[in-house]
Amino acid sequence: MTAVGTVHHRPEPPDPAGAAVATAGPAGPAGPARPEKAPRPRSRARRRTARRRANLVLFLMGAPALAVLFVFSYLPMAGLVLAFEDYRPRDGITGSQWVGWQNFTYLFTGGDAWHITFTTVFMNALIITATLVTSLTLALLLNEIRDRWPRAARLYQSAMFLPFVFSWVVVSYFVFAFLDADHGLVNHLLTSSGGTPVDWYAQPGWWPLILTLVAVWKGVGFWVIAYLAAILAIDPQYYEAAALDGATKWQQTRRITLPLLSPLIIINLLLSLSHIFHADFGLFYQVPRNSTLLYPTTDVIDTYVYRALTSLGDVGMSAAAGLYQALVGFILVLVANWLVRRRDPDKALF
Amino acid sequence: MSTATIPPRARGPVRLNWSRALIHFLLLVCAVAFVAPLVMVLAASFSSEDGINRQGYGFLPRHFTTFAYRYVIGDPSQLLQAYGVSMLVTFVGTFVGVFLMAMLAYTLVRKDYVLRRPIGLYLLFAMLFSGGLVPSYILITQYLHLQNTIFVLILPYLVSPWFVIILRTYFASLPTELLDAARIDGAGELRTFFQIVLPLSRPALATVGLFTALIYWNDWWLGLLYIDNQNLVPVQLFLYRILSNIDALATNPQMTAGAGAPVQTVRMAVAILAIGPIVVAFGFVQRYLVRGITLGGIKG
Repeated sequence: MTAVGTVHHRPEPPDPAGAAVATAGPAGPAGPARPEKAPRPRSRARRRTARRRANLVLFLMGAPALAVLFVFSYLPMAGLVLAFEDYRPRDGITGSQWVGWQNFTYLFTGGDAWHITFTTVFMNALIITATLVTSLTLALLLNEIRDRWPRAARLYQSAMFLPFVFSWVVVSYFVFAFLDADHGLVNHLLTSSGGTPVDWYAQPGWWPLILTLVAVWKGVGFWVIAYLAAILAIDPQYYEAAALDGATKWQQTRRITLPLLSPLIIINLLLSLSHIFHADFGLFYQVPRNSTLLYPTTDVIDTYVYRALTSLGDVGMSAAAGLYQALVGFILVLVANWLVRRRDPDKALF
Repeated sequence: MSTATIPPRARGPVRLNWSRALIHFLLLVCAVAFVAPLVMVLAASFSSEDGINRQGYGFLPRHFTTFAYRYVIGDPSQLLQAYGVSMLVTFVGTFVGVFLMAMLAYTLVRKDYVLRRPIGLYLLFAMLFSGGLVPSYILITQYLHLQNTIFVLILPYLVSPWFVIILRTYFASLPTELLDAARIDGAGELRTFFQIVLPLSRPALATVGLFTALIYWNDWWLGLLYIDNQNLVPVQLFLYRILSNIDALATNPQMTAGAGAPVQTVRMAVAILAIGPIVVAFGFVQRYLVRGITLGGIKG
């Protein structure tokens, strides 16, 4: 859901008219309005104090939320200096010894960094692609049946959206019911059809596929709704004109629907890209049930950092991994946004 | 879902044809596949342990029984406690969070607010960059000392830049004449916000509120990191611990004091009890969620 709001976050063009209105009317609790006939110095001064007061009130209204963000988003960013320290709780962040790049050297020479980075990016790329293709396909298909069977279309849409409201813990239960070695449905079907059962939670090779399926199952409903809404917003006249010209259904989809959906698709991809170095911890920790045997294909940066912090207690190296992750992701989204902006500023994120 | 979201497309009489029927069939299969896991877990929770052990999981209960539920509810104190924690966190977090975010969002649509642009950047940067787990963990445990308090389950999720921006977008779409009229009538910022903006923005507030509530109700991450105290464990973490504890029981024969404890079915019964509220609520709130997604997505 995170994706959608950002769509609107574009710097707005300066609005001289709005500013003029604002200065003309008395703002804030400064007293009743009085139409200004002859601007006198006194009233101008009063307007200025009124404006200042209004600004103060506005600042105070926003302050609590800004403060929460400051403490829980911005202070941790400053805390990233930990990546360059040999942290000891007794000495605190400011008192611990400065060790320069040592934590990074340790992280990258161990070979773990490359492995977890590859797994994270590879799995995210799989999931992003699969979700995009599936959600677009389902939205287009739903669009085809909705005028004939509107109720069925709504029902299907609900069914697809349902997994979105489950937590990852619950999803891990669901997956377990399928994959449990002894009682799971999949092995049950395998044995009854004469195959050999698989010990799923010990076979890393299957997990890229399993995790992608689970991620699509849980997340695709959101995007189906978003894309379907965007399809519905397309002016039907385009299709009428195309139909008059003899365009087939497929041609209409390719030449009208997809191009008109492209802004939303690009925003979606940009946002996904900004998170490509951040794996969904719940998906990679809960669903494989933190099984050590599966680490070769399921250990991502986030689970690695979590383990390094909680079981090894290696604050410096975990912080180094976190900084590396945040920085590379940030640079990536800046570059991608710059590329999009160069081609079409309207489609850029910011 | 409201009918309003899916108006029939005006395009002459519709004929039943084979490709359309095929599409319908495909979608039906998909929809069933999306719901199937829930059905399976539901069936398992009403099965007998013996049935699961011999026949495995399926889409119908194996030897229908409510034993697993009676087993769980036989000692409901912990589950109820966990429910209580989750509900408290969800209600307080949602109401306070939406209120704070709405106030901030309102200030961002006021054009004569000098800090409008800087605050926009402040939100954007918080969205694209993060300190990550380690500094937050050190901050919360070593400096704020919030571990094992109810606040650690609420405060970190209180303000989300995305939701602020969704609210801002909605507020910006309100007719400006209304706000200007209020100001000309002498209403201050607070009064305009409470008496005009908030009542007119119910759909946006409901949507953001629902998404926030969903985040709080489904969270186990904060509990996993910061909560050791049994009395403060939220539902999802409780569920996670049951899973690991039952595994410990099942793999360690010496610990199986309550011999014949229904391992498989109890697990699934607890899962159903944990998602119950959200699935029931899903039916009622879904159209708001859909409207919210549409609200955010359509203008892209």
